[in-house]
Parts: sequence; C-alpha cells; structure tokens
Amino acid sequence: MNGAAASDHVEFVLPGVKCAGCIAKIENGLRPVPGVHAARVNFTTKRVAIDHSPDLSPDAIRRTIAEIGFDAQPIAATAPVAENAESKALLRALGVAGFGAMNVMLLSVSVWAGAAGATRDLFHWLSALIAMPTVAYAGQPFFKSAWAALRRRRTNMDVPISIGVILATVLSLFETIEGGPHAYFDGAVSLLFFLLVGRFLDCVMRDRARDGVTALMRETAPGATILLPGGGTAWKRADAIEPGMRMIVAAGERFAADGVVEDGTSIVDRSLVTGETMPESVGPGGSAIAGTLNLGHPLTVRVTAAGEQTSLAGIRRMMEAAGQSRSRYVRIADRAARLYAPAVHTLALLSFAGWMIAGAGWHQSLLVAVAVLIITCPCALGLAVPVSQIVAAGALMRRGILIKDGSALERLAEADCVRFDKTGTITRGRLQPIGALPLSEREKGAALALARASRHPLSRALASALEAEQVTAAAVDELREQPGLGIEGRLAGARVALGRPSWLGAQADGGAVLQVAFLTEGSAPKLITFADEVRDDAGATIRRLEQMGLESAILSGDRRNAVAPVAQELGTTALVDLMPADKVAAITRLQHAGHRVLMVGDGLNDGPALAAGHVSMAPASATDVGQSAADALFLGDGLMPVATAVAAARRTRVIVRQNFVLAIGYNLLAVPLAIAGLVTPLIAAAAMSSSSLLVLANALRLRGCAR
Amino acid sequence: MSGLAFLIPVALLLGLSGLAAFLWSLSRGQYEDLDGAAVRILIDEDDQP
Repeated sequence: MNGAAASDHVEFVLPGVKCAGCIAKIENGLRPVPGVHAARVNFTTKRVAIDHSPDLSPDAIRRTIAEIGFDAQPIAATAPVAENAESKALLRALGVAGFGAMNVMLLSVSVWAGAAGATRDLFHWLSALIAMPTVAYAGQPFFKSAWAALRRRRTNMDVPISIGVILATVLSLFETIEGGPHAYFDGAVSLLFFLLVGRFLDCVMRDRARDGVTALMRETAPGATILLPGGGTAWKRADAIEPGMRMIVAAGERFAADGVVEDGTSIVDRSLVTGETMPESVGPGGSAIAGTLNLGHPLTVRVTAAGEQTSLAGIRRMMEAAGQSRSRYVRIADRAARLYAPAVHTLALLSFAGWMIAGAGWHQSLLVAVAVLIITCPCALGLAVPVSQIVAAGALMRRGILIKDGSALERLAEADCVRFDKTGTITRGRLQPIGALPLSEREKGAALALARASRHPLSRALASALEAEQVTAAAVDELREQPGLGIEGRLAGARVALGRPSWLGAQADGGAVLQVAFLTEGSAPKLITFADEVRDDAGATIRRLEQMGLESAILSGDRRNAVAPVAQELGTTALVDLMPADKVAAITRLQHAGHRVLMVGDGLNDGPALAAGHVSMAPASATDVGQSAADALFLGDGLMPVATAVAAARRTRVIVRQNFVLAIGYNLLAVPLAIAGLVTPLIAAAAMSSSSLLVLANALRLRGCAR
Repeated sequence: MSGLAFLIPVALLLGLSGLAAFLWSLSRGQYEDLDGAAVRILIDEDDQP
C-alpha cells in the first residue's frame, strides 16, 4: 500500500479465474501499473478489488486486465459490503456463544459432579456473569426475528426460542441470588450455540450461491454515442439518454435504448428478448430494442424510450412482480413452528398451573415450567432443516448443481410439473453444422476467412466448426459484408461468397431456416445447414422426470417450425411464439390450477417466467438475468441435473421429516419427565445434545443423495 | 480451594483470548477467501528476492 490520501475503490468480476497462476498473473500484472495502489483477487467470489488513484479510470483498469488476458466486468463497489454482513454477524455471535457455552459448561460439570455450598454458589455466580452478556449478545438474531414476527401478530420458530432462553436466564439468575441448587445457564447458552450453528449454515448456503451468481445486468449497454443537434457527437450514459435523441450504434454494440432506425440497414440479434436464434434484418423505420445486439452495420436510431421506459426495463419490472408470489412461500421450519409454538407454550402454562393447584408454590411451579420450555425448545428442530439442506446442497454441488438457498430445495421437492425453455436449455444454445461440411480443403480455407469477418451467428458457428477441424484461413481480400445477405471477397482473383442461399442463387430446403450457401465463382453454390443441437440426455431426463411424476412441456419464444422437431423428438408438447409475458401467463395459469411449476430456462426472455415459477433452474451458461432469477444452476452439457436435483430435493424432504419426527419423538419422552418436575439441568443438557447429534447424524445420510 | 482462585481466572483468560483472536481474524477478513487461501500457497513469488 502506498497510503495515498486520495484512493478510489473498484471491483471487477473475473469469471475466468481458475487457479493460483491466474491470481498471480492478475495481481502481479496490476501492481506495476501506475495509479494502482493495491489489487487483491478473491478466489472464492471470483472478484478482484482494486484501490487506485482517482485519475485512473475504471475503464483503463479493465483494459489492462483484458491485456493480461482476463475478461473483467465492473460491479458497483457498494453492494458486496451489505451482502456478507449477516453471515459475519452470525459468525461473531456464534463465536461468543461458543465461548460462553464452553466456559459455563465447564463450571456446570463441576456443579453436577457434586460441588455444594459456597463453591456451588460461586460457580453459579461465575456462570451468570458469563451467560448473561452472552445471551444478550448472541441471542440478538433470535430476539429480533421473534419481535418482528410478534409485531406483525405472527409467530415463528424464534418466538419459543426467545421466550425459553430469556425465561431460563432470568429464573437461573433468581436461583443464583437465592442460592438454589438448579441454574439453567448452561442450557440457555448451549441452546443458543446449537441454534446459531443451524442459522449460520443456512446463511452460508445463501452467500455461497450469491457469490457464484454475479447478478449483473450485463446486457444493458452502458451508454451510447449521441448525435448532437449542432452536429458532432458525444458519449452519454444510458440513464442520461432521453427520447428524441439520435444515437449511433456501431456494429457489435448493444442498443442502449428503444428506438426507431432512421438511417442504415443492418442485422440485429434479438435472442436476448425474443429467444429467437436467427438474427433479423432491420432498415429505416425498423425498431430497435434496448439490449439487443447490432451485428451488421452502423445504425442511426431515434430514441423512443430510454431508461426505465425500455422494454428491457419492462422485463425487469415483470420479474419483480412475478417474484412476489414466491416471497409469500413459508419455509417448512416456520410452518412447523406455527403448530409447535402454541402447543409448547400451552404445555408450559398448564404445568405451571397444575403445580400451583397442587400447592407447590410459585417458585417450584415456575422452575417446572422453565424446564418444560427448555426441554421442548426446538433445538433439534432448529438444526433439523438447515443441516439436512446444507448436506444435500453440498452433495449437489459436487455434481455441478448449485442450490441458492434452503427454501429452493423445499420448493424443488414440491414441484409437480416442469416447463422448459427451448433455446439454450433443451438445446445446447450453440449452433453446429449438421453432418460433414460439403467443402473441399481449399474452399474451407476461404470459408473460414469469410466467416471470421462477420459477426452473424451462423458465420461464427461455421468459423468455430472450421477452427475445430484446424483449417487455416486462406488469404481472401476485398472483404465486403452485404447487410442481411452475406459476405463476399476475392480469393486469388475469383469471387467467393458466404451468405443467404437465395442471394447466391441456391435453392434453400423448405423449412430449414438455418442454412447458408457458399459460392466459389464458376462452381455451383453449396449449402450448409446448421442446427442448435438438443442436449444428449434431454429425452432421458424428460422420461426420468415423468417416472417421478413430473409432466414436462416446452415454452418457447421461437417459431413453430424451429420448435416442432425438438418437441417431436422428445415426445412433449410445446407452446411457441411466446413473449416473456405469455410465458408468465402460461405458468400462472398452471399455478392457479393447483400445480407447482418447475421452470427451467436460461434467457433474459425467460427471466419473468423463472421468477414466476414455484421454483426454477437455469444452466450455468444462462444470461445473468436467468442466473439471478433461478433458484438453482447446473453445469455441464447435460440436462439430467434437473432430474437429479428434484430427486435429491425429495430425498432431503424425507430426511427433514424424519428429523422432525426424531426431534418431536424425543420431546414426547422428555416432556412428561419435565412436567413431573424430574428434569434437572444435567438431564436437560444431556437430552438436548443427544437429540441434536441424532438429527445431525441422520442429516449426514444425505451426503450421497445426488447420485 | 485456593487452586480454584488461580485456575478459574486462567481458564477464563484462555477462553477470552481465543475469542478475541477469533473476532480479530474475522474483522480482518481472514474468512472471506477460504478457497483463495488454499491455492495462494502455490504462487511462486520469484520477483521478490
């Protein structure tokens, strides 16, 4: 650190960081750059944090990282601080509770071992001095949550926990002052410790997934070059663009706002919004949608809607609205607490009343009531759910499935039908030529040179297929791209061209849209057909899902003739030509009919549908919007992880229920003892620990659940 | 009994120092990049003699 007075902070996401070498390369590459004070790569979150002097722009740093050989995307520096605050606070509380539990337990063991008289009183006082600050500090997450629930006149798992812990502490303090034999400080503190472990695991799971998903909206162009009224141009940020302005969008740029094309013809890749694989050609009067990509030639666009008015922002709003139904989902632990908490409190109150009526005096009656509360305190219940879920999520992670939080696993187990997007989900989302290329070696070289010069998806697909065959590009000159038609050039004086079949005088096969023709002057044009291939195990996945009782169908934004062959191959039904809102409507209809829909999709156009589904999954290759809207991500070329995840989620649900039964069964044994007034602090501590261990051991059986 | 007057403060002090060390390491961000810490050991720092 140079300790410079003025220092700016910027963070970038680095998806390409894979090993120690990458860390060293980036950090050592950035350190000598003038203006960079400190650079530190966080390997877990795949980010680099850079302190730099204000005169060095983030864009320059980004270019430097690109020169080192990594793709960097900037993120707002304010976001990550708040994200990890919760797990950090929980970890701190866990540390404090652990310290308190260990020391109080040490003192308690001596009391149980027979310390009496002044020694016992001393130990009780010491325990009180340790336990009370510990409870006040480490209990806060529970007290806050319980208070929030009570204020809204609801109850959750934290209400009985808070009442139990506070009552036990207060009564034990009273016992200590009176010099009585039983203090429950150890019970109260170790209860907090066990529950904080559960709470922390739950939180870690959410953080880990959030780090894996960089919830950027990368699709939005950061800004555009605006034509000033007096001539000349200026670059403006996207939020400073207003309707009526005219922007110039170069080839390879994304539109920063919605608009109407005024000048120029080009082809536009709209797959982001419509899901359609084939680019469309646009000319003057055509529409431009924010976020879509201009592939061909520069366009002048008159802005009609910018900022929050664009259709891209509309999709985002739709996602927020659609996600609201899911936020009403009640976690399984809270559902259990709704039944459990009133039962426990009634029981404690009844035992208090019973002992009072039996004439035991209010002190003894209160002790019994507290013992009942401590014994029934949902220690094992608090662990039962998070431990099972984190073990299952860990097992799934090793299989390349990333679950974002525990509630996602619960909802995944409830799904009873699946809706797939086509492009990028059922299919790989990559175009590949069908069969062997009908070109000679010489033609392949020319085709590669032509294909490399164009941004059209078919050209790129052809180029990567040829590169995979290790073809070397021929020296083609006079390259010229004809918007909407193709690209042509000269190879040793002869015209070569790659483009639309009709442009080169070839007869396209009926129905097959993804075709290009290649022409060498003097010979007949040759057709190359492309397809976005269906993932190998898509059929097997759908059959396995069917066996598990989940009915599948396709919701696609693509055209009928592109979807029909896929649906036929897989033997499913399909809805085609759907706009993002139509997908949401289709899912909402199903949910109203009582189904719980698992939506699997990847694109921005699936975003609202992913948010609307009861639960959703996306391939890791999905757009950022898809990744952030989905509850779970899966890696790899297969579709089978969808079925694996559902199976694992169901297995988890079984284990969670078993854990509930175990926890409640232990209560059924111990509560009569407590009501009878036979539970001493020793018995309470032993019962609590053993039931927690039992639940933990049962949860560990889930380690192989993703097979 | 006189041993207790000595041992209990020692036990508490040890516990507290452990807690303090944990809270310090937490506040210094030592748990923020656990995977990174594991691989960083493989970096050769040959540019610093």
